[in-house]
Amino acid sequence: MDKFMIFTFVGLSTSAIYAVISSGLVLTYATTGVFNVAHGAAGMLSAFAYWQLHVAWGIPTLPAALLVLFVLAPLFGVLLERVIMRGLAGTTEATRLVVSISLLVAMIGLAQAVWSPAVGRVVAPFFEGRQLTLTRDVSITYHQLITIATAVVVAVCLKVFLTRTRTGVAMRAVVDDRPLTLLNGVRTDRVAQLSWALSTSLAALGGILIVSSAGLNAATLSLLIVNAYAAAAFGRLRSLPLTFVGALVVGLGDGYLAGYLPQDQRLAGLRPAFPVLVLFAVLLVLPSRPLRTHVRSREYFPAPSLRGAATYCAVIAAFGVVLATTLSGPDTIAYAKVFAVGIVALSLVPLVGFAGQVSLCQLSFAGIGAAVAAHVSKGTLLGVVTSVVVAALVGGLVALPSLRLSGIYLALATLSFAVVLDRWLFNLPEIAGFAFFPSGSLDIQPLTVLGYTFDTPRRQMLLAVVAFTAMSALVVALRRSRYGRRLLALRDSEAACATFGLNLVGARLGVFMLSAGMAGLGGSLLAMQQSSITAADFQLLSGLPLFMLVVAGGAGFVSAGLFAGVGLYAALPLLPSLWSGLTRVQPILPGIVGIALGRSPSGAAADVSRSFTPLREDAVVLSITVAGCGAWYAVRLLDVFGNPTMWVGMVVTVLVGLGAASRRRRPAGAAEVIALEWQGVDEPWSASRVADLDRALRLEQTRMSLSEVAHGAT
Amino acid sequence: MTVLRLEPREPAAIDPPLLELRRIRAGYDGIEVLHGFDLTVAAGSVVALLGPNGAGKTTALKVIAGQHPASSGDVLLFGHRVNGTAPDRLARSGVCVIPEGRGVFPNLTVRENLWMMTYAGCSRGDVEAIAYHRFPRLAERRDQAAGTLSGGEQQMLAMARGLATRPALLLLDELSMGLAPLVVEDLYAVVAGIAADGVSVVVVEQFADVVLKVADRAAVVVHGRVAHEGTPAHVQALLAEAYLGGTHEGKR
Amino acid sequence: MARLDVAGVTVRFGGHTALSKVSVTAEAGSLTALIGPNGAGKTTLFNVITGLQRPDSGRVVLDGHDITRLSPHKRARHGLARTFQRLELFTMLSVRENIGVAADVHRSWAPRQHGSLDERVQRIIDLTGLGDVADTRVTALPTGQCRVVELARALACDPKVLLLDEPASGQDEAETETFASLLRRLADDGVAVLLVEHDVQLVMEVCTTVHVLDFGALLAVGTPAQVQANPAVRAAYLGHLEEVG
Repeated sequence: MDKFMIFTFVGLSTSAIYAVISSGLVLTYATTGVFNVAHGAAGMLSAFAYWQLHVAWGIPTLPAALLVLFVLAPLFGVLLERVIMRGLAGTTEATRLVVSISLLVAMIGLAQAVWSPAVGRVVAPFFEGRQLTLTRDVSITYHQLITIATAVVVAVCLKVFLTRTRTGVAMRAVVDDRPLTLLNGVRTDRVAQLSWALSTSLAALGGILIVSSAGLNAATLSLLIVNAYAAAAFGRLRSLPLTFVGALVVGLGDGYLAGYLPQDQRLAGLRPAFPVLVLFAVLLVLPSRPLRTHVRSREYFPAPSLRGAATYCAVIAAFGVVLATTLSGPDTIAYAKVFAVGIVALSLVPLVGFAGQVSLCQLSFAGIGAAVAAHVSKGTLLGVVTSVVVAALVGGLVALPSLRLSGIYLALATLSFAVVLDRWLFNLPEIAGFAFFPSGSLDIQPLTVLGYTFDTPRRQMLLAVVAFTAMSALVVALRRSRYGRRLLALRDSEAACATFGLNLVGARLGVFMLSAGMAGLGGSLLAMQQSSITAADFQLLSGLPLFMLVVAGGAGFVSAGLFAGVGLYAALPLLPSLWSGLTRVQPILPGIVGIALGRSPSGAAADVSRSFTPLREDAVVLSITVAGCGAWYAVRLLDVFGNPTMWVGMVVTVLVGLGAASRRRRPAGAAEVIALEWQGVDEPWSASRVADLDRALRLEQTRMSLSEVAHGAT
Repeated sequence: MTVLRLEPREPAAIDPPLLELRRIRAGYDGIEVLHGFDLTVAAGSVVALLGPNGAGKTTALKVIAGQHPASSGDVLLFGHRVNGTAPDRLARSGVCVIPEGRGVFPNLTVRENLWMMTYAGCSRGDVEAIAYHRFPRLAERRDQAAGTLSGGEQQMLAMARGLATRPALLLLDELSMGLAPLVVEDLYAVVAGIAADGVSVVVVEQFADVVLKVADRAAVVVHGRVAHEGTPAHVQALLAEAYLGGTHEGKR
Repeated sequence: MARLDVAGVTVRFGGHTALSKVSVTAEAGSLTALIGPNGAGKTTLFNVITGLQRPDSGRVVLDGHDITRLSPHKRARHGLARTFQRLELFTMLSVRENIGVAADVHRSWAPRQHGSLDERVQRIIDLTGLGDVADTRVTALPTGQCRVVELARALACDPKVLLLDEPASGQDEAETETFASLLRRLADDGVAVLLVEHDVQLVMEVCTTVHVLDFGALLAVGTPAQVQANPAVRAAYLGHLEEVG
């Protein structure tokens, strides 16, 4: 009984922290419609700020905490609202999600840039060592008491604020009927700002309370948000009282698992994974929602022409061959990732770009693929095929419960799945002869096909290039197929698709499994290249930048896969070699790219590809340019100069060719009618161009709400 | 932009009209609904907008309220051009809109709904006193969620804003929708009372009879334009002809 | 027995009753209209029939099958198709592809069909007169034509019952004429067409039965002449329109 009491207190104080954090999450989601994945990261930054003030600068506990809670955090919240969130009005759920994920990644990057993870930092609990003794064997620490009391105070204050103050009631009114609040004269932008300020303060409070037990680690603290989601899901992300109930379930469960879970290595990961399992259970019982009708968006992904697709595949293949033949051994291994992880990125194109669904755990599927390949393969093709099938099946299982719910829940489910793998399944010791990573790392044999073994780095890279090219062709074929058009239709209007008999869950499940299987293939190729892999290669936080770059690159274009692969594994690692000062900002960059490009939803890859059109269509200049690049390559193979010279030479050749082709194509003075979808690429944006585009896309209504927001600001 | 607080006032010949719409064009999804809509509302008068479904009456109200942009034309309040002003700003300046069908926050209690009305610049005590005095049933249900009220009670609660916030201009959209005739009569009695205090009122209504009793002027809207404008008696006589003309005019 | 039989449907949104015990029938081979003022519950009724809105009570029977509890896509497979008041076209696709997606999905659950998919789509394009714009992306079309594309897409499912939600809004007079004759042709082919429409002239011209909804309740049912002569309808809705005659 004493033990029960002790762990009840442990559970209650954990519940209290989750309740505080998730109430902030619910507040902003309900009032502004932004599901803030970076909410936990705000708490994390606050915990670091508290450490800086209290531990590093020696400011006493109370003033330091008050400064963070009532000055820094609210200011940060207001800043977020003004700079980022306000611009998201009228965008799709996916765009908002990308921006908040980018924010999460950028904030973790920022924390690691400012507070080097190499240095150990500790924050002591409040009144360390002091406790209240209840009976001879049962006591509760002051820190636990303070935590529980804080949650009660927060609950009471929120209740009072939301029912007894005019601003609080206005916040609920916005949830009920936003247009009507405007007609009442409420400044809804101020309400939104206040809710961001309040929400960030709540995250900060949670962060400061939990840091003494969870440790000052940027990733761990940021991912506590996943536990808070479980609590918030109880209230369908909208109800505060049910969120508190959810927090109790998750927190007490955590406490009792801490106390009563048998000491077994196999179960050790169950406790950290518990909130996520609760979340899955909640998703299973949530009622379905009504079908979604048309979402207006600016995105447009035209089907690639056969010729364009063939050219693209040829360019990738040539690029891969040049890389494989000119790079040194270690560099080959490093850059081969561009293609292996590129396949994982490519797997997001049918899912996110065509079907409009979100998966945040694609790299986890890759990890499953890699582990299965390592266990089964022994270098055979069958092993690789098995890894693809297993990844696809697991993908189906993960997606199934949330496919009938809205997109945000699929995002939640995939995020949670990645966390379960990270925290538990990937770290399991052998059970019945199987473990994902039996001794922490896993060795894998190179692939042998028809007696030919891909055993050198160069061969590995060529293999990955071939696979990447094939997968690109597959994605193009899918986009041009009937199934591809079905997915695009589904993305536009679920309601319309259902009315001619399309089974939505079936169609979605298919594309999700296809995508997971592709990720599995990418993972197994990656494993073979690296020859030894660990669970750390497939962490959630490594996968998120991949997702962001695919979306930023234009999720509906096959080239987005290459964009993400090159961006993450070629461009980003090269930055510090340009200027060493970039080393520190390197982790933040993908986040910044995501935040910035969240505003140009069709992405960048298409713009780049389109700008090459004059060259593609001019056979003469094209052949000269190709020959020129070939010449650079040939001379490089003779070791006359190094790789940098070759690349610079090739880029200059292509740019000169492009310039020449453009001049030949457009004689001086000739005006050109620019197809709708390429306005802004072939011609700079102007107000009238934007207006034309909006008219064509029937976006007046979206713009209306945007202008509403803009005017609200004056 | 200057902040302009409009007060209800007695009609006077030298004043500019309280509200003037000049050649308003507006539409949705590329379909133009208003094709040069003109309307003048003298201070302190009640103007009824009549006409068939889809003629553009509600759109005209939304343009006035700042909820929908006009693609061209001017909206003038007391001679000030207010195109593009946000609806919440107009609401604080004395333009009160009671939208069609759902003028209340369903999950807020009656008291909380009334509280929201104070953003237009009046005290909470006054709003409650005025609302409960005119609609005693609301007082009985002050702590009940508005969504659980009957349709008539909800419309009373919505009307309380027009009554209690003392706007300069009150815009009513389809007040009678879904309500029993007795309730409708009671609500129009309230409208008449508000108008008697010098508030200018624009009423959109499909049913001419009730509204013509309280209106000073009436306009018949056909295919996005004011086809006829005049005294209620004059308009009533013209109404049939207006509909007749409308259907033969073609659809655009 | 009627092809489509909707009986006693009630829908409440919070305290507001959107539909109260509404019953509507549509016969094979005839055009039935559903008219009524804004907010009378016409679109809500369509949503109930197609399964996008769950009714609080009442049932929907199609060809003798009770489909009240089925999901929208299963209802479609019983031969129900519709268009939307707010267009629900697939914006990334051309006219032909829009129709093609529907025809393709239709073939996946109704496999016994003669002719290839492309031929079927072409037939529908010819029938609806969309030949000139067949390979245009739908966002480039004016609203009137978009309505025709939605109709064509619905036809790709070979429906027994076709629900059209304000199909003529956004069309000019000539387009409406063509549309009316197309509707008659569909009825002649044995389709039961249920039409929500504000263009009363069109309704009176083409429909054999008119249902009048008012404040979520059924006010009157009858032939156009009967409905026009009905005093309750005149008082509530058609009072001024009667003179149009």
